[in-house]
Amino acid sequence: MDDLLADFLTETHEGLVALDAALLRLEKQPQDKPTLSEIFRLVHTIKGTCGFLGLGRLEKVAHAAENVLGLYRDGVLAVTPDGVTLILNALDRIKEIVGGLESGGAEPVGDDAELIRRLDAAATGDMAAITAEAPPAPKPAEVAEPVVAEAPAPEHRAAAAPPSAPPPAEPQGEESASGGRAPPQSIRVSVDVLEDLMMLVSELVLTRNQLMQLARARGDGAYTVPLQRLSHITSDLQDGVMKTRMQPIGNAWAKMPRLVRDLSIELGKKINLEMRGADTELDRQVLELIKDPLTHMVRNSADHGLEMPEDRRRANKSETGRIMLNAFHEGGHILIEIADDGKGLSTDRIRAKALSQGLATEAEIAAMSEREVHRFIFRAGFSTAAAVTAVSGRGVGMDVVKTNVERIGGTIDVSSTEGRGTSFTIKIPLTLAIVSALIVEVAGERFAIPQIGVLELVRVGGGADTRVERIKDAPVLRLRDRLLPLVSLGAVLGLEEPKEVPVGGSGGGDSGDMGFVVVTQVGAHVFGIIVDRLFDTEEIVVKPVAPILRHIGMFSGNTILGDGSVIMILDPNGIARVTGVAGDGAEQRSMAGQATSGVRSNDKTALLLFRAGDATPKAVPLGLIARLDDIPVENIEHSGGTPVVQYRGQLMPLLSMTGDYGPPQDERGRQTVLVFSEGERSLGLMVDAILDVVDESLNVQAGQGRPGFLGSAVIAGKVTDVVDTAWWLRQAGGDWFRASPAQTVTRRLLVVEDSAFFRELVVPALAAEGYEVVAVESATHALKLRERGEVFDGIVSDIEMPDIDGYGFAKEVRAGGAWAGLPMIALTGRVEPAAVARGRAAGFTDYVAKFDREALIGSLAECFNVPVAA
Amino acid sequence: MQTQSIQSSIADADLFLTLTVAGQTCGVPVLVVRDVLGPQTITRIPLAPPEVAGSLNLRGRIVTAIDLRRRLNLAPRPAEQQPMSIVVEMAGELYSMLADGVGEVVPLRSEDSAPNPPTLDPLWREVSRGVHRRDGQLLIVLDVERVLTIGGGR
Repeated sequence: MDDLLADFLTETHEGLVALDAALLRLEKQPQDKPTLSEIFRLVHTIKGTCGFLGLGRLEKVAHAAENVLGLYRDGVLAVTPDGVTLILNALDRIKEIVGGLESGGAEPVGDDAELIRRLDAAATGDMAAITAEAPPAPKPAEVAEPVVAEAPAPEHRAAAAPPSAPPPAEPQGEESASGGRAPPQSIRVSVDVLEDLMMLVSELVLTRNQLMQLARARGDGAYTVPLQRLSHITSDLQDGVMKTRMQPIGNAWAKMPRLVRDLSIELGKKINLEMRGADTELDRQVLELIKDPLTHMVRNSADHGLEMPEDRRRANKSETGRIMLNAFHEGGHILIEIADDGKGLSTDRIRAKALSQGLATEAEIAAMSEREVHRFIFRAGFSTAAAVTAVSGRGVGMDVVKTNVERIGGTIDVSSTEGRGTSFTIKIPLTLAIVSALIVEVAGERFAIPQIGVLELVRVGGGADTRVERIKDAPVLRLRDRLLPLVSLGAVLGLEEPKEVPVGGSGGGDSGDMGFVVVTQVGAHVFGIIVDRLFDTEEIVVKPVAPILRHIGMFSGNTILGDGSVIMILDPNGIARVTGVAGDGAEQRSMAGQATSGVRSNDKTALLLFRAGDATPKAVPLGLIARLDDIPVENIEHSGGTPVVQYRGQLMPLLSMTGDYGPPQDERGRQTVLVFSEGERSLGLMVDAILDVVDESLNVQAGQGRPGFLGSAVIAGKVTDVVDTAWWLRQAGGDWFRASPAQTVTRRLLVVEDSAFFRELVVPALAAEGYEVVAVESATHALKLRERGEVFDGIVSDIEMPDIDGYGFAKEVRAGGAWAGLPMIALTGRVEPAAVARGRAAGFTDYVAKFDREALIGSLAECFNVPVAA
Repeated sequence: MQTQSIQSSIADADLFLTLTVAGQTCGVPVLVVRDVLGPQTITRIPLAPPEVAGSLNLRGRIVTAIDLRRRLNLAPRPAEQQPMSIVVEMAGELYSMLADGVGEVVPLRSEDSAPNPPTLDPLWREVSRGVHRRDGQLLIVLDVERVLTIGGGR
């Protein structure tokens, strides 16, 4: 029996049970519309499915019954008890045929002509024809298999049926043994029930571990045997429950043939997709998470890996390219291979690309093996570049695939031979719920490290052969001629000062300093984690950490050990990220970018990140900065207690963010300065170091009113103080903002701007010019003010806003009402001729770039001198 | 207790569990309290906010322990003094508030309640729902949700 039929049977059984109940309800309330509709729908579904499966007998009966029901539903025929009986008869016949299907795998032979005749008669309203046969005697066939009809009913009623739960087993095994009586051997169980079961088993495993530990500690022999039994049963139970969550990986592949077919037509390539090990099972949670990356990689193989037929012919390959998916188990892990026999990765091009993107120096690249070079394709930003996509092979988003795989504790690797093809190997754990973990101790605290990432354990110091060495301050380990970067777990977790890790002398004198290095792999990077002690491994149940601890990022969860104590589970990915052993800034940044980009991707601002005073990074919009300067310290003079520097014949005051000016830390004897300019004047803000320039959507959380800062935002994955430039500029001298003479008449301005950040920027600037400013965050808001009869002298509006944008707002204002004649100035990040024209067409008086305060103020002044024609 | 609806209990005098932190008597609504535990083994959590004392195991569930002394900016507990755990549930997560001692369950009438004095430390004002006078002592009713919100509403 194939899967489709098994699914159909399961579904039909559920439908029939529901139908029975509904029909009985209908008999009591013959005119109940919802019930009638429900019955009609159920029968219709059965009919539709059997037509699809080529079950002719079933289809005919269902069709005839459906006709009658359709008339009932539409109110053409009145529902009578006789009629209901007739429908019930039809249902019985359907059950009978379904029963035959189950036991025989095909529709049993039988004649339904009489039943169909009566149903048709009922449909034409010929009640006599129905009653003539009533009460209908059970047909001989029914006698043969009388149990089929009702037997499975209670089971099915008990089981809730979410569509996602698969029928786990096929009924093949028992059907021959039990003869005619063969209720479907699979039931649908809600995923929640399975999850609950899994959780309970997890708890049981923990309790078992706890008991075992106790018994071991007591040395009480009396418990040994029953405990062992308990242990076995628990393990078996755990396996059993795990199995219920298992799904063949083929489920994730089901759509691949279609995808490949479509791609082959679209790309004009001949592709043969080969799938092996589709029945390899893995946890459904893992399966869900791996689906998208797999699809992505197959698409990549077809798109970029395989060549066009003519190219293949030229390369002496068969015209048809091959993509192979292969899955198999290997020691608690699942390995999935995605291989193609295409052109392979071009090592030279990747080298050149890596060099041009500054991912590595020439010397570093020269020292790399081909395989290491290939791994560059997993770097963020690398693969998105068009050059690689178009020319050498692999395309978009391998870094995303890698991130997704690593998120479930897996690893991904690539091997490729130019001209021969590329093969990716993904290694993922079978399940995420229970993992094997290594228990380690550092500074008296215990932690769990998931085994999947652990490659080996090395004892260092204390007379051991291997020892920790240092390059400047960075500890490294020479392991089989490979230099391994090390991370001191104690230091990373802030449990101890970055102390002198056992740096081995020539003798074994420092035996007190001995420790262990857990060699860990994160993606393609291998590094060592220094710990004080190692304990054994334990099966642990990963529980998520409390929400207030989630920001820490070093822990992937926590769990309870056999001895009942709580232990934190370390996340090697997190450690690698924080310490940078496996990373380059680019990788981290892109991940942070992904996290926030979903929120307001259209509202990105180029930000300059820098450090000044404390360790918290600070950010200022790049657009506000005139330039960056590196001033020799000896050029800094003092004037009236303020440090100043001569610049182009002018004196530029320098401000320190820390309050008072101290000699710069920089050993080069230079001071980094952010220069802000306005008109003739310039001001320098002294900072310790420029960190980066990033494009981020700025989501400022209001701060605690710290002067000089608008608040903080998460930028590039770190909490960053957003600098209130206006405040700092005011510190430079009282006259910074009072440049133009105060106006004689106070004009009232309405500022419409969705970004709090820019509101903070624009409002003070305008206020300083003597305008009375009302700021709102949306056009809708602004229009409400109009309804309320608020009076303004002019409007300054952003263009890109949610709901109603600036153009829409302008049209609305110009369309009539009290504000129709007001000058309106558009404030936008993009000043292009087309945008300006569109703005004018929408009714804006002028169009000014954000950040350009001079222009805005000038434009406003002009507006009020020359009133616009309404 | 469980069958009693929260609504009706609020209508009458509310029941509060009293506890002491560095000599100050506080109260928490008894309905939110799941367990009161004696001294527990608490696993420290590196890099956690200072108010988080660690986590502990309550019958197979992991409970995050918040030290009330640190949360309320009081002097640290002397090493020899073992804290009591008042376990509460918020948003499906279990938290334990570590106090110096746990008193009794007392009814408090809302009419005996006084609003927070304006001079109260802002940090305390944030977590206090009001002040009660009881047996010549001032009792501060803690807003459990606010107490558990660490880091200014993260």
